[in-house]
Amino acid sequence: MRYLPLTQSGRQAMLAVVGAKSVDDLFVDVPQEARLSGPIAGLPMHASEMAVERHFASMAHKNMAAGDHPFFLGAGAYKHHVPASVDHLIQRGEFLTAYTPYQPEIAQGTLQMLFEFQTQVARLFGCDVANASMYDGSTACWEAIGMAGRITKRKKAVLASGLHPHYVNVAKTMAHFTGDTLETALPTLDVDTGFAALADSIDAETSCVVVQYPDILGRIGDMSALAERCHAAGALLIAVVTEPVALGAIKSPGEMGADIVVGEGQSIGVGLQFGGPYVGLFACKEKFVRQMPGRLCGETVDAEGKRGFVLTLSTREQHIRREKATSNICTNSGLCALAFSIHMSLLGERGLRDLAALNHAKAVQAADRLTQIPDVTLVNDSFFNEFTLKLPRNARDVVHKLAEKHVLGGVSLGRLYPGISELENGLLVAVTEVVSAEDIETFAASLQEVLS
Amino acid sequence: MSTLNASGWRPEMTENDVTTPSTFTGNRALMLEEALIFEIGDEHTTGVDLDAAPSVQSRLGGMDRNRGIGLPGLSEPQTVRHYTRLSRQNYGIDLGFFPLGSCTMKHNPRLNEKVARMKGFADVHPLQPQETVQGALQVINELAFWLIELTGMHGVAMAPKAGAHGELCGMLCIKAALEARGEDRKVVLVPESAHGTNPATAAFAGFTVEDIPATPEGRVDLAALKKRLGPDVAAVMITNPNTCGLFESDLKTISDAVHAAGGYVYCDGANFNAIVGKVRPGDLGVDAMHINLHKTFSTPHGGGGPGSGPVVLSEALAPFGPIPYAARYADGSFKLVEEESAGEEHPQTFGRMTAFHGQMGMFTRALSYIMSHGADGLKQVAEDAVLNANYILRSLEDTLEAPFAAFGPCMHEALFTDNGLAEGFTTLDIAKGLIDEGFHPMTVYFPLVVHGAMLVEPTETESKAALDQFIGALRSVANRAKQGDPALKTAPHFAPRRRLDETLAARKPQLVWKEPELPIAAE
Repeated sequence: MRYLPLTQSGRQAMLAVVGAKSVDDLFVDVPQEARLSGPIAGLPMHASEMAVERHFASMAHKNMAAGDHPFFLGAGAYKHHVPASVDHLIQRGEFLTAYTPYQPEIAQGTLQMLFEFQTQVARLFGCDVANASMYDGSTACWEAIGMAGRITKRKKAVLASGLHPHYVNVAKTMAHFTGDTLETALPTLDVDTGFAALADSIDAETSCVVVQYPDILGRIGDMSALAERCHAAGALLIAVVTEPVALGAIKSPGEMGADIVVGEGQSIGVGLQFGGPYVGLFACKEKFVRQMPGRLCGETVDAEGKRGFVLTLSTREQHIRREKATSNICTNSGLCALAFSIHMSLLGERGLRDLAALNHAKAVQAADRLTQIPDVTLVNDSFFNEFTLKLPRNARDVVHKLAEKHVLGGVSLGRLYPGISELENGLLVAVTEVVSAEDIETFAASLQEVLS
Repeated sequence: MSTLNASGWRPEMTENDVTTPSTFTGNRALMLEEALIFEIGDEHTTGVDLDAAPSVQSRLGGMDRNRGIGLPGLSEPQTVRHYTRLSRQNYGIDLGFFPLGSCTMKHNPRLNEKVARMKGFADVHPLQPQETVQGALQVINELAFWLIELTGMHGVAMAPKAGAHGELCGMLCIKAALEARGEDRKVVLVPESAHGTNPATAAFAGFTVEDIPATPEGRVDLAALKKRLGPDVAAVMITNPNTCGLFESDLKTISDAVHAAGGYVYCDGANFNAIVGKVRPGDLGVDAMHINLHKTFSTPHGGGGPGSGPVVLSEALAPFGPIPYAARYADGSFKLVEEESAGEEHPQTFGRMTAFHGQMGMFTRALSYIMSHGADGLKQVAEDAVLNANYILRSLEDTLEAPFAAFGPCMHEALFTDNGLAEGFTTLDIAKGLIDEGFHPMTVYFPLVVHGAMLVEPTETESKAALDQFIGALRSVANRAKQGDPALKTAPHFAPRRRLDETLAARKPQLVWKEPELPIAAE
């Protein structure tokens, strides 16, 4: 077998050293009745590289790849062009096949990269500090709510109606078991992000208010006044960013007063990957750093005085604090953080701003074109690269009809909010730099056909 | 005939007595120092060429960014060089032996990388209409089938994003099952030797954690455990094989006792590599067990993730598993069961625990690995992993104290302690000495149940020659520690950095790069 270097004669020589007659003697602690005598019945035997590759190619072929068709899906996962050098560099074996940098003297590559990543994320979000990544945006969001609870010693979180419904559901799952209280609401198909109304629901029990920016319908709300109201009541403001490219065009949550900013970093460097692995971004004000979840990389010096990096403040973490840890997270998203950081280094500030401008311009063009279709209206009065259309009929059926025409035409609100009739005509459309003018025209023509 | 010293050094050659000069750059030939991106890049440079944005009326709602961000850009050649240089300051499995106990640092086959990058998997959106992602759902379903069969369990939850997230999934299933029974059991029993994630997870899920002691033989104290069981105990979390590298022979008895007392058995499957294809946890009464695909099933560790932690579930817990999941129908089609149809098809689910469907990119890699090995190859994996560990244990027990070696063989990892080292010498010194010998050190100071633990997990992907060289090196370093060699106290000498000041890092945390303050000119 190609992954096993031991030879039969080598095994025999090793058994002699060990003092065992056969390898089964080494499984003596397993009760006899639990030991299997041969390979598990009913399962295939080993296969060649060629056979495995062929099987995967046949399965891959059954999927419609985003890059092969006019593509307009978003809702928390965005298709962006990832430069070829990103995927090359993350496959360097020294990055790919390393683990958590427990031995910093031989892990400076990963550690320096994490230090650079933390700085990039903190600056992008307008925060003082960031951690070395979480699993994804949705789990980062719940961790932020938990962190706000520890800081304020309160157990009620108020979630904006514009927070991604899957993020809301993850929080609901956890809150149900931890005894936290969540206030949630459904979005409505209008221009209001509801931030002003949220401020009125803050009371002395509120640990935090969670808003998404831009929100699930693509609307961009100013959270400055909400931040003030939160702070006046002793609560924290948590901002969730599911499309970090947006921050190349719009103000950062940190500069509007958000205390914790979390996000999904998939847009930069990672790709769609049918939902994972992605990379959770987590940043906050410096005064809260000791309540943060996850790994943190910090600068220090070695015995010769040279600059170096180590994992630090680990007394927050599970391997030291066990049941008193700030989180149970251990393995996070190191390689995706690397992809994010490489892509962000390639973009730089200029590239990110240009990319954001291009996304916005294409989205504006698409919105203008699509709303020329009779009875199709735009819900948003503000958006970055994603907006919500109100169709004259159930958007879910429309999405399937469009797929038959080989157009991946957005995410229906019916998929995100099943059974809510007020939202079922809503269609979420994302337009990034990969969308061409021709794609927009094809989408518009197909949509018109499906609706007529 | 290969020798353990592979440098080409011959006994008749004399020692070269040239002192090492310092260099202008700080570089040492192939070992190149590399500055931070903030020091080499600037905000006007970009390594990406983009089309000019068409001119449109802004719809940003007046929220335009008017402050700088402070993100440096690099050209493509600078980027490639920056990250290539950084990579060379890292140790990885591709470079050498990486016996990090409990982490299963096995070879990462490149076929896995290739199939994961097929556009039909890598370039598919999680919310595409399901008729356009049937092949992706098939991958999830086929992997789920293998995991169920290999563990002898009833069902599997594919959503968890890493091992600790899998633990959370299992513990939430247990909470939901208790809730369905109308019981509010608060206590979770965790052996002292458990990974830190176990008690952290139990607490994260709202349980109270109590320790269970270990026996002198390094196993769960069955009598103490049985004594503590009662109507307030929700579950026991057991790692099997455990973190001392030993099989918990009493697991079936423990499971029966826990079930009789109305509780559930969570098994930490971090060490499943030792028994894959040889033993099915389902036969031992386990109710839930996470499987780290990045350990047993060879998906890359990536410098700290991404992992993937599917959880196999017993018949008692499967109804409570998370949504969404991929279901296969009689006509051969696949469907994601999400919030919409959960009411009919999976009414007792505890809900969603992540935004989408789990780590698809890890599923493709793990399935590629599993298919490559097949049922016969996976059995061989466990056997070779266990043989390699025992070979290390028996080759070094005369040099280092092996606390449980007298009681019998180990499973996939060999445990040693720092007893017998010279005054002032510790496990840490041995670890740093191994770095100079060109190895990644073993796991150190874990498990906590022995003093100065050294946990060596070779995995099955090491040759006998590689093991022999490691054994020789560890014996040499251990002997230096016993003799009190002062040069060992200052190891590593040959790594990109000498020992790093972790106390300074924690006392004055510098977590982001800041522009250095300009020195004030002397008057």
